[in-house]
Parts: sequence; C-alpha cells; structure tokens
Amino acid sequence: MTQNAALLIDFGSTYTKLRAVDLAAGIILGSGQGPSTVTSDVNIGLDAALADLEARLGGLPDFKHRLASSSAAGGLAMVTVGLVKELTAEAARLAALGAGAKLIGAHAYKLTDKDAAGIVAGAPDILLLAGGTDGGNEETIRWNAEKLAVAGLGCPVVVAGNRVCADDVAKTLADVGVDVRIAGNVMPEFNVLDVEPARAAIRDVFIERIVHAKGIDRAATRFDAVLMPTPAAVMDGAKLLANGAAGYGEGLGPLIVIDVGGATTDVHSIADGKPVASGVLQYGLPEPHAKRTVEGDLGMRHNAHTIVEAAGPDVIRTAADIDTADFERILAAIANDPERLPETEAERKLDIVLAESAVHRAMQRHAGRIEIKQSVTGPVTVQYGKDLTEIATVIGTGGVLAHSEDPERILRAALFEDAAPESLRPKHPRLLIDNEYALYAIGLLAGVAPDGAMKLAQNVLHHDDTETPNKDTQHGQPPAA
Amino acid sequence: MSLTPEQRSRITLVTGVIGADTHIVGNRILSMALEKEGFKIVTLGALTPSEDFIKAAIETAADAILVSSLYGQGELDCRGFRDMCIEAGLEDIVLYVGGNLVVGKQSWDEVEKRFTDMGFDRAFPPGTRVPGVVEALDADLGAKAGIVAA
Repeated sequence: MTQNAALLIDFGSTYTKLRAVDLAAGIILGSGQGPSTVTSDVNIGLDAALADLEARLGGLPDFKHRLASSSAAGGLAMVTVGLVKELTAEAARLAALGAGAKLIGAHAYKLTDKDAAGIVAGAPDILLLAGGTDGGNEETIRWNAEKLAVAGLGCPVVVAGNRVCADDVAKTLADVGVDVRIAGNVMPEFNVLDVEPARAAIRDVFIERIVHAKGIDRAATRFDAVLMPTPAAVMDGAKLLANGAAGYGEGLGPLIVIDVGGATTDVHSIADGKPVASGVLQYGLPEPHAKRTVEGDLGMRHNAHTIVEAAGPDVIRTAADIDTADFERILAAIANDPERLPETEAERKLDIVLAESAVHRAMQRHAGRIEIKQSVTGPVTVQYGKDLTEIATVIGTGGVLAHSEDPERILRAALFEDAAPESLRPKHPRLLIDNEYALYAIGLLAGVAPDGAMKLAQNVLHHDDTETPNKDTQHGQPPAA
Repeated sequence: MSLTPEQRSRITLVTGVIGADTHIVGNRILSMALEKEGFKIVTLGALTPSEDFIKAAIETAADAILVSSLYGQGELDCRGFRDMCIEAGLEDIVLYVGGNLVVGKQSWDEVEKRFTDMGFDRAFPPGTRVPGVVEALDADLGAKAGIVAA
C-alpha cells in the first residue's frame, strides 16, 4: 500500500465523510462515510466512516497527513457589524463569507440595546466588528463595542475596523472577558477592500476555539488538525485550481465554483472581474478576488420549497414534466428527508429542474451587472460587481451534480443569457464536474501538499469536451427566468 | 492664517462630480492639487449620486464635502444636500460647491446666495483657482478640526 497517503475528513452536518488520497499519483484511493455525531461524540461517526473506508480499501494505509474541515453543528455561525451598509458593513460581510462562515446576522450603523441583545441571544461562534476607514469614523465602532460589552457578548470577536481606535475597542471588550483579536481593517481606505487579514484571524479563532467548542477535538488524536470550515476548504481548493502552485503546475486561471447543497447554494468566483469592454465605469465597492456568496433560500432539500416559490410552482412542475400529484408528493418527501436521493424518474426530473433553478438564481445574484446611465454627453455604461462573462471554467460540485446523469445541463443554467445581457455571467466556459466531491480535499491539501492536490484536481475533475453551448439554444428558458 | 501641510493632513475632504455629470477633469485636477497641499482626499469621481458623498463622508469621518457640477443642473442635483447631511448625523460638515452651477447668464451674487441658502458654506464661480480654495479650507477647517484655536 502507498506510503504517501493522506486522509481528508469532512465533519458535515449529516455525514462524516472521508477521502483517502494517494499524493504521489494524485488519485482518490477510497471514500468512507459515517453519520455525523458531533452533537454526541464525534468519535462514533468517525469510527463508522473509518470502518467503511477500511472495508473498501481492505486495510488502512499509514496516513502521512490527516486533515479535517467542519460544517457540523450549524457550521461557523457569524455576525458582522460595520458602519455604512454599502461600505464597511458590506466589507465585513464579504470577509466573513470568504472565511467560510454561515452568516446569522449582518448589522450596519449604531447598534441599539435591542440589536445587541439579539446578537447575544443568537449565540454566534464569532463576531466580526468593523467600522470606519483608517483615520475615519471612530464613534460608531466604539459605540458598538460598548453596546456588545454591556449586552454580555460571550463569543470571540475579531476587530477589523478603524486602526486608530482598534486597541481601545478591543480593550472595551476584553475588559468584560471577551476573547478579542485585532486584524487589519476590512476597508483601510475609502472603497479599498482588504479582507484577507480578517479572514486569517477568523480562521485562527476557528482552529483555537471553535473546534473545541463544537466538541470536534474529542477526536483530536485521530487527526493532525481541523483546519477550517468546509466552505473555506472548497474555496481554498478553488484558489489552488485557479492560481496553480509554484513549481507544481499552472492553474486554470479565473474560475467559478458552484456548490449546490441541501440547505444552500454557494458560488465562489476566483477572478478580478474587471470590465471586459472598454469605456465601462466600475461602480460601488470593489469585490474580493476570491468572492463567496451563499444563497440561504436555494437548497435542494431543506429549501426546495423556497426554490419552488421563487420560480413559481407551475413553472417548476411544467419544466420537470411531472403531474401535480407526483409534484406535491415529492416536495413533501424531500423536505422531511434532507439526504434523500431520487428514486423514481419523476424525482430525478424534479431534482434536475430544482438544481437548474438554484444554479440560475445563485449565479445571477453572484455575478455583476451593467446599467446604462444617461449623462449629458450621452449614455454611459456602468458596472456593479464582477464581470464574469469571459471566465473560462465553471466547476459544479454537490450531491445533485455528482449523482445526476446530466450534470452539465444543470451547470448550463449558470450561463449568460441573451435575454438578460445586463447580468455578467460566463458566456462560453468549459464545464467541469466534481464527481468525487474532492474539492474540499483539494483545499485541505493545498497547504501541506500542493503537488498532490494539483494532481488530484487534474485527475478528478471531469468535463464534457463535446460542447459548451449557451443554454438558450439547448433547453429553452430556465424555469427561474 | 494658512495651515501647514502637517496640519492639513488631519483634514479629510470628499470630492466628486454630482448627478449625471461626466465632466471629471476639473474635479480631478482640484483633487490632485489639494492632495499636494497636504489634505487627505477621498475621490468619488464622476456621476456620483448625492447619497454616495454622504456615505463616504460618514465612513471616513470627513471634515468637508466638495461638490463639483459642470453641466448646469447643479441646482437640481444639490437640492436638499444639507438636509441629507443633517439626517445622516453630519450636521457640522463643511459643504462647498463649485463649477458651472447654472445655465445662462445669471448674476454670480444671486447664484451664490441660492447655494448658501441651500446650506452650502461656500459656492465657487467658474474660473476659481486652487489657492482660493485652499485659503477657504484653511480658514473654515483650521478651527473646526481643532487644529488652530478658534
């Protein structure tokens, strides 16, 4: 058996998933799965998953690396607080999402006592406190720290606001026993975004505090480290794929990853998103190079009903070509069984249409848009957000894509539409599918074995070379249009 | 009395061209010149809605907003600007406006009064040179920013 193997663990909300990887060959040796038992004893689920893996491999190799990510016990629940909604409050939100958080609150301007009490009652794992550019507004972040201290906030806080008063703000919270870390300002200058220091601080808190708080460290002897929340591992995998690793091969360049899950649909773009056409003015807050959005209303199981509501029940049912009785029955069944796999032809058809609708909407919200503004010198094209029209690679991941017979059809719902040219979605990318659910494993390996991670990526991402047409010409209008 | 560049570095100014106006050149020259004189400048550029001036001023704790308007619609675009500042908690912010503020031949005194009545601290006619703006800023902000005794 190989001497150069790695074990990658995902402590998920429903399953404990394992991937054993041969780093020299860059292949998945085997997979294992057990229940998620974080709420009782994390070891039980891990034992079951390891036994499953051992049975498939006929023995376990001596793993060189044993790394884990976690989205168990509600994921990394965060609240962000900033000053102006479109400026530091938005920058804080982007930083938290980029760190793999599940946002349970996003606040702007001064907190009221009621706001602060609500934040404390929501029991976030980490709070990110921003506000003011460096040398700019101090009043609001000082006020908010005071309110949170008085309200009895117990969770760790990352302060990433105006550096002039960061020490004072940290002291206000530390004086009432809060674990405070100071990171660089998420917006050091007006309209200049710098989310990486805050992301790094969030990750440190996650490793030092959250892994313990969630009870995952009960299995601490069985792995080297729980490095990050699972969505952050997916993002690190996407970054490695896009940028490559020095000495281990070139990356694919700017790309998009769409992760269609049971509760949410995540979109990651690794791209600067600058205007492709000349003479376009870029407006609003510049977005991070690695940007993650989470659509909490677009999930294949927990939130199938909101996908249906958003698109209209008749639109979904007609697109899936199933009768009303089947439609109602399947929707009721999947809402109560988040891990249910489609069994009948009708269920398979509905899953594809739900996924198309989720992908379509999630990509539309993630991508930038252009608007024509009238000025006295004539019309001016203004761009908000990222121009992703020329992105060359779109990668799909998540159960519905891995299990579907036609995953490319689902991914095509992310493409540019002639009928909506203002939405800057990819026009003619190559579509890749993460059949093996390997992106989180690639992300976890990126730090310790970039060569093995790159080889793994090249081996497991499948694509259909034959065609990448605009979906309008293929399948008509998507149901969510 | 004029301020030193070091004193000016503690003063933050927000600049931009308001409304559907794309005339950026004069505003950019003014911004660069004021920066060279030592002020901290937050530039919003052309086609800036009035609320964006105010959001930027809040976040950067700006001492003054300098609004440019070159296309004759300034009076419409600037209406209610002071009220919006008050609404946003910027009661004391210094507001300047300058450029081709109105269409046609009108007496400058009347135009100036119209804008000061609207709540602008000063209005500047076409042809204003940078030293005049610096002198006004030094006078208005030196005391307000607590840099020199009032």
